[in-house]
Amino acid sequence: MLKNVMGLINLHESHESFREITKHRPLAAIPFAGRYRLIDFVLSNFINSGITNVGILSAGNSRALSDHIRSGKEWDLARKRDGLFLLPSWQTGAVQGSFPSDLTDFFSNLDYIKSSRQRFALLSGSRAVCNINYEAAYYYHLEKKADITVLYKEYTSAEAKSLSGVTMFKTAGDGRVVDMEICPVNTHSSKLSLEMYLMDRHLLVDLIDASVSRGGTNFARDCIMKNIENLKIYGFPFNGYLARIDSLQNYFNHSMKLLTPEIWQEIFFANGSIYTKVKDEAPAKYQRDAVVTSSLVANGSVIAGNVENSILFRGVKVHKDARVSNSIVMQKGEIGPGAVIENVIFDKDVKITAGKKLKGELNHPIVIEKGTVI
Amino acid sequence: MRSKECVAMILAGGQGSRLGALTKKLAKPAVPFGGKYRIIDFPLSNCYNSGINTVGVLTQYQPLALHSYIGIGSAWDLDRREGGVYVLPPYVREKGGEWYKGTADAIFQNINFIEMFNPEYVLILSGDHIYKMDYSFMLDKHKASQADATIAVIEVPWEEASRFGIMNTSEDDRIIEFEEKPKKPKNNLASMGVYVFSWPVLRSYLTGDAISDISSHDFGKDIIPQMLAGNERLCAYRFAGYWKDVGTVESFWEANMDLLSDEPALDLYDPDWRIYSVSPTQPPHVIANTARVVCSMVSEGCQVFGQVENSVLFPGVYIGEGAKVKDSIVMPYASIGANAIVNKAIIGRKSSVEFGAQLGVNDQLEQEASRWFSGITLIGENLTVTSETKIKRNALLTRL
Repeated sequence: MLKNVMGLINLHESHESFREITKHRPLAAIPFAGRYRLIDFVLSNFINSGITNVGILSAGNSRALSDHIRSGKEWDLARKRDGLFLLPSWQTGAVQGSFPSDLTDFFSNLDYIKSSRQRFALLSGSRAVCNINYEAAYYYHLEKKADITVLYKEYTSAEAKSLSGVTMFKTAGDGRVVDMEICPVNTHSSKLSLEMYLMDRHLLVDLIDASVSRGGTNFARDCIMKNIENLKIYGFPFNGYLARIDSLQNYFNHSMKLLTPEIWQEIFFANGSIYTKVKDEAPAKYQRDAVVTSSLVANGSVIAGNVENSILFRGVKVHKDARVSNSIVMQKGEIGPGAVIENVIFDKDVKITAGKKLKGELNHPIVIEKGTVI
Repeated sequence: MRSKECVAMILAGGQGSRLGALTKKLAKPAVPFGGKYRIIDFPLSNCYNSGINTVGVLTQYQPLALHSYIGIGSAWDLDRREGGVYVLPPYVREKGGEWYKGTADAIFQNINFIEMFNPEYVLILSGDHIYKMDYSFMLDKHKASQADATIAVIEVPWEEASRFGIMNTSEDDRIIEFEEKPKKPKNNLASMGVYVFSWPVLRSYLTGDAISDISSHDFGKDIIPQMLAGNERLCAYRFAGYWKDVGTVESFWEANMDLLSDEPALDLYDPDWRIYSVSPTQPPHVIANTARVVCSMVSEGCQVFGQVENSVLFPGVYIGEGAKVKDSIVMPYASIGANAIVNKAIIGRKSSVEFGAQLGVNDQLEQEASRWFSGITLIGENLTVTSETKIKRNALLTRL
């Protein structure tokens, strides 16, 4: 249990490639896997590793996020001491580009980091979705007497092509990071950074202070990459399943991969449960005419039609003779009688009325904005 | 403590011996129901939805699961600074302790708890009934009719009336007589075990009843007849809607099956009257490409590879490929192996039916037996039905 580690979740992650999905919410609040939002995974990994002091460095419009997180009770983070801290951002507008200006927000919330009691700080974004326990990385960090340990997953440069906004690095034989690239067009490295960094909390405070006072604006570039030679930065491998949600296409593909039982098992159970806001929905109901195969179905759904290779979030209604295939239907979506959708992503509260048809392509699903009635 | 107009008391100490293996380690109100709930979720959610936020839960038999389930009441939004949920097991006094001798005695022994809130009314509920009811309407009626006690009643079919406590009423719904399980019922209004009392009146009857040696200290058998004899004003409150006492294995099974029709009488999907429960923290369930699921309720964390028809699957249930589950209730984390057949069965928590086993299969005597038995096969908790075993209808498997 990592009692001596605080967690910091940095939400300054570019969400340019998500089309309508991120119009009303930050990347961390994207609904995923039938009942979660992306941030649930990092929050759950933190608490499953024993971290009980978590700061969320918000970015852009955080209404959807604070509605989701509230007191942090669902993650056992509503505490008398420590617990959950939603750290405000002084910037408005969407997070864009390869080098978001997260350092100013780190700097303006420096008091929180300074006054925390834990010796170490673990930083993470929300888009590297996985089920991980950080203990092994922590002991590796201690054993190597590292200044910073950064987690990575092996990716060939061909595989990395399908990702966006990546940080790649190379290590020497002893695991020390010797080269780092942020958002390269053609990468020369094979280690994909999970954007999870472990370091001494005092070092973090010093790095932020030193970088900001020299005109730095981006954490990864100005605090980490520029210090490759001064600091002992080590890479620690993660070998589990990684769903990196960095574009709409990857969101769609990784959602569909959850239908593979082994991946479902790993991402939801490998190192502990994934917690989320509870909605108190009844179990899913399969009516007399329901035909459902290869699908992920959340509670509160009522199915009378056909569903295949799809993900139904909480409270979705599929009426009689409707057909849903290769689609993602978010919370409270409704597919009218005889309506057909294929390769479609319905945001929350989308309705398609009786008999209507919508068809996207597997490599370009149609996205329907929140609240639309078709 | 701020005064409360109405305090609810839920009687949750019953053993529920007629539920057999289901209540071996659980009080009846803690028995899982409807794919994710426990029976007590219904009265607790009704309280919350009716705006009653001070609830005492009286426990006695096998209280561990119930106590840990209720906790501080967060699941029902009953973790309050003022009021909230209180678990009230029997306790020891100066002159020694006593078990709750009956439903009325349980309330009598907790007079101090009720007085802490200085209420005008007390709502008495059973922890083992499945229904959705807005108690605030009943309270309104109680006030409007200036009653000392109001008893919720439901019309039951005449031929079943002799199984219930029947209220004989005058034209203005005043109760003139109460008959427990009458052989020749004069009325078909059955008591639902839901009472509103004006607290000072109930208090004096409880105190009087407590010193009686001949009383069984029960609301239905003692307090109500005493109040009628004392010429108190007792009124009936007519309830229309789904209500079921799940006191036997058969009625428990039926109540679960009642949820599976396309338009069930008890709507669990009503956003304005949610039934709250402790969430098991499980992901959405997966239905594999080999699966077929119809007329069923499936909860989170299930993995379904086989066929499921007319059944209720609780969280974390595994149904293997080629398995056929029909008319059954599968409790949390139970698993049904590949090619197993499960007919009209209740499979206990964490039990496992292995590859190719057959439960509730037909036999020659079945036609005859169905006249006397329900035909339900009941498998207790944490048991294994080994591969290729055949278990006939009406069997009961439990650990001694």
